[in-house]
Amino acid sequence: MRRKVYMIAGYNTLSMGTGRKEFSPKKERPGLEDYIKEAGQGTLKQIGGAKNVDECVIGNFMASRFNRQANLAAFFPYVDEGLRYKPAIRVEGACATGGLALMSGIKSVLAETAEVVLVIGVEVQNTVKAIYCADYLAGAGWFKNRKAGHAYFFPGQFSDRAGSYFEKYGRDKTRLALARWFRNAIENARLCPTAQEYHNTVEDLEELGLMEPNGKAFIDNLNVFDCSKVSDGASAIAIVSEEGLKRCGIPASEAVEVKGWGQIEEDITKPPVDPTELSTTKEAVKKALATAGITRDQIGTAEIHDCFTIAGLMCMEAIGFAEKGKGADFILEGNTARNGRVPINTTGGLIGWGHPTGGTGVHQAVTILEQLTGKAGDAQVEIPADRPFGLTVNMGGDDKSLVSIVYKKGA
Amino acid sequence: MSYEERLQHVSVLGAAGKMGSGILLLTAVEMADISMKPENKGKPFVLNAIDVSDEALAGVMKYLKAQVLKLAEKKVVGLRKVYADRADLIDNDEIIDQYIFDVISLVRTTTRLEATYNSTMIFEAIKEDPEMKIDIFSKISANNPNQPWFFTNTSSIPITKLDEGAGLKGRIVGFHFYNPPAVQKLVEIIKAEHTLPEVDAFARQYAKNLRKVVVPSHDKAGFIGNGHFMRDILHATAEVDKLSKEFSFAEAVYALNKISQDYLVRPMGIFQLIDYVGVDVCSFIMSVMNPYLPNEDLHSPLLDKFLALGVKGGQYSDGSQKDGILKYEKGRPVAIYDPGKKDYVAMSEFQSKVDEKLGTMPVPPAWKSVVGNKSKDEILQSYFIQLKSATGLGAELSKAYATRSCAIGKQLISSGVAMNENDVNTVLLTGFFHAYGPINSYLN
Repeated sequence: MRRKVYMIAGYNTLSMGTGRKEFSPKKERPGLEDYIKEAGQGTLKQIGGAKNVDECVIGNFMASRFNRQANLAAFFPYVDEGLRYKPAIRVEGACATGGLALMSGIKSVLAETAEVVLVIGVEVQNTVKAIYCADYLAGAGWFKNRKAGHAYFFPGQFSDRAGSYFEKYGRDKTRLALARWFRNAIENARLCPTAQEYHNTVEDLEELGLMEPNGKAFIDNLNVFDCSKVSDGASAIAIVSEEGLKRCGIPASEAVEVKGWGQIEEDITKPPVDPTELSTTKEAVKKALATAGITRDQIGTAEIHDCFTIAGLMCMEAIGFAEKGKGADFILEGNTARNGRVPINTTGGLIGWGHPTGGTGVHQAVTILEQLTGKAGDAQVEIPADRPFGLTVNMGGDDKSLVSIVYKKGA
Repeated sequence: MSYEERLQHVSVLGAAGKMGSGILLLTAVEMADISMKPENKGKPFVLNAIDVSDEALAGVMKYLKAQVLKLAEKKVVGLRKVYADRADLIDNDEIIDQYIFDVISLVRTTTRLEATYNSTMIFEAIKEDPEMKIDIFSKISANNPNQPWFFTNTSSIPITKLDEGAGLKGRIVGFHFYNPPAVQKLVEIIKAEHTLPEVDAFARQYAKNLRKVVVPSHDKAGFIGNGHFMRDILHATAEVDKLSKEFSFAEAVYALNKISQDYLVRPMGIFQLIDYVGVDVCSFIMSVMNPYLPNEDLHSPLLDKFLALGVKGGQYSDGSQKDGILKYEKGRPVAIYDPGKKDYVAMSEFQSKVDEKLGTMPVPPAWKSVVGNKSKDEILQSYFIQLKSATGLGAELSKAYATRSCAIGKQLISSGVAMNENDVNTVLLTGFFHAYGPINSYLN
């Protein structure tokens, strides 16, 4: 890389939605602008204010439908008057939006047009019931497939993938692994006060996770616990150069350095090459590891895109943590748990922390930043000295838009 | 005539009422779903919503729209398949809107009884007045060449009386929905002496398609549901009388309402339930049932007294509770009407005093936490064991209440209204949302 790129000063709002005690569908809630402001200000406060910012990026997937709002870059001056007349841009790539926002910031630093970039990812989705939310989120797929698709479009896509996977590798063990994935997600979320499942008190999570799917009311091969929920939330982070670190007065030891990435696209009009694997994810991670010059065995923790439990399982195989068809064993052996070999989604991931779609990619970076710099609070896991790298995988659509990033604590 | 053909021309009488509008909704949805089958494309389906005033009927379409919306949101997974050939309907909201339109398009509101003259099915949910029902049924039967079938929603009038009075020759069955019909899973099906087997078969098919729990009841006034409820009321009012020495009227009503809700673990107290149904409706049901009960006087002077004072209860059109014997704030009782003072007395004035007089009681499980709980039998068993050994006024009143409720249930079987204990319990569990059936051995 032509210069070092760091991330600092992460901030997450609550992931608001069913599960949070504060949430009631009938009560008025904070709006899109409130989430943007809270997250933006949360990061600005840590970096010495708006005066230190050169450029801004906001990631958002579908405010045009959820909130009837576009032109989101113009919310930066609303976050802080000090951002008036500064360059800003809004990026979109479905659920990989957050990852693309990070990439946009990274490239600004690399292009030397900015030393400090403020990046926000946001989505406010509880403006409509889940059944209409499903329509809006279906925009992440090819629109010409919508008509023939399931009422719950994306759950339907991943239910089909789960069905293919069950058929090829066996249903029973796979369902057990999905239930374990759910349990790990919720148990991790209980350690993170901003998580949507922070208040979850269910005793036997695996029993719940094993609930039989009901295709008549929902989808054939997954139940609601296999799915991430509808969330409102925003996350922010600052992407900076070495010069930027100095300007913000933050030591490198409180930063993570971006070591490599894979940012790739697959044809949205085409069905998956192999429904039992996430081929594009595999390619993106491969690229991220290669550019970072590391192997997957050097990864100490990862934040991966478990929009559905089955996506989490397939991602373990795509990264190469497990061989193809062995993802269930890998999970059931405890490798992904917070005390396992590679703790995955240590604050709950999309299933446990929440999935405010456009914010998720940024949230993943904030979690990795906290974990690698020892600031994850109750959710802190141990990062082994011989495996000091963190990995994120952020996926848009059905394995179409991919951003995978490798991080290491700054020095 | 097949099941589907019979549902092509239907009328609902009393369609603007609480029960009628629910029956209208369920029937409209059932008819719409049939009309959308490929083999029925192009056939006309007509559902007349008939009531006495245009004002009342104006609210019906609004109600239908809101309810069909809720239903469509729930069954959109299936609806996408129904509209698979409609290329113009892509998003869920487009499909849901179309479905609402398709259901509502079947419904014609009118105040004219003549609309029924083309119908093959008549659902009746008008006032509980046997003469009025007989008069209307006779008129329709005389003018309608289709020999229509009559489904009456009466909760208390013997069906045989209606059949014979209107000369329907068995083209009638009692099809008693619970309130509100769209939500309550229970229907009582009551065959008259000469109900035609095909009418009965249709009733069962229709109930099945509506996913209702069917309990058959013999054709004895009040059937199972009101047979229990009305006698339950009389037990409560008798206890109120007995307490008049040591309690004021309002205090006694408070005590019995609390006993029947908290200590019997029911969803609402008996006086709140009377308000919910309506003081006038309860009194009327008793008067309809009473002539058919030679050995019993099913009559409440107390309800008469309230009615004379204009205390009626019932619900507003949005489903919220009107003040009746109790006064409500945000749906919760806060005061009790004293007929002597002709005014409400705030419960806060005497609540703690009465609670003290009721004595130490075992802590009952909340109805909400028991109903639907997998281990509700153990929870209730352990509570009733404590209640059994408890002494004091409250405990005695509670035990007497439960014992009487059980006896009423058994009486319904011995007097030939219900076929068995299970049917009685099903009606109370399903139709009244009780957490347990009245016929049980908790206090044995």
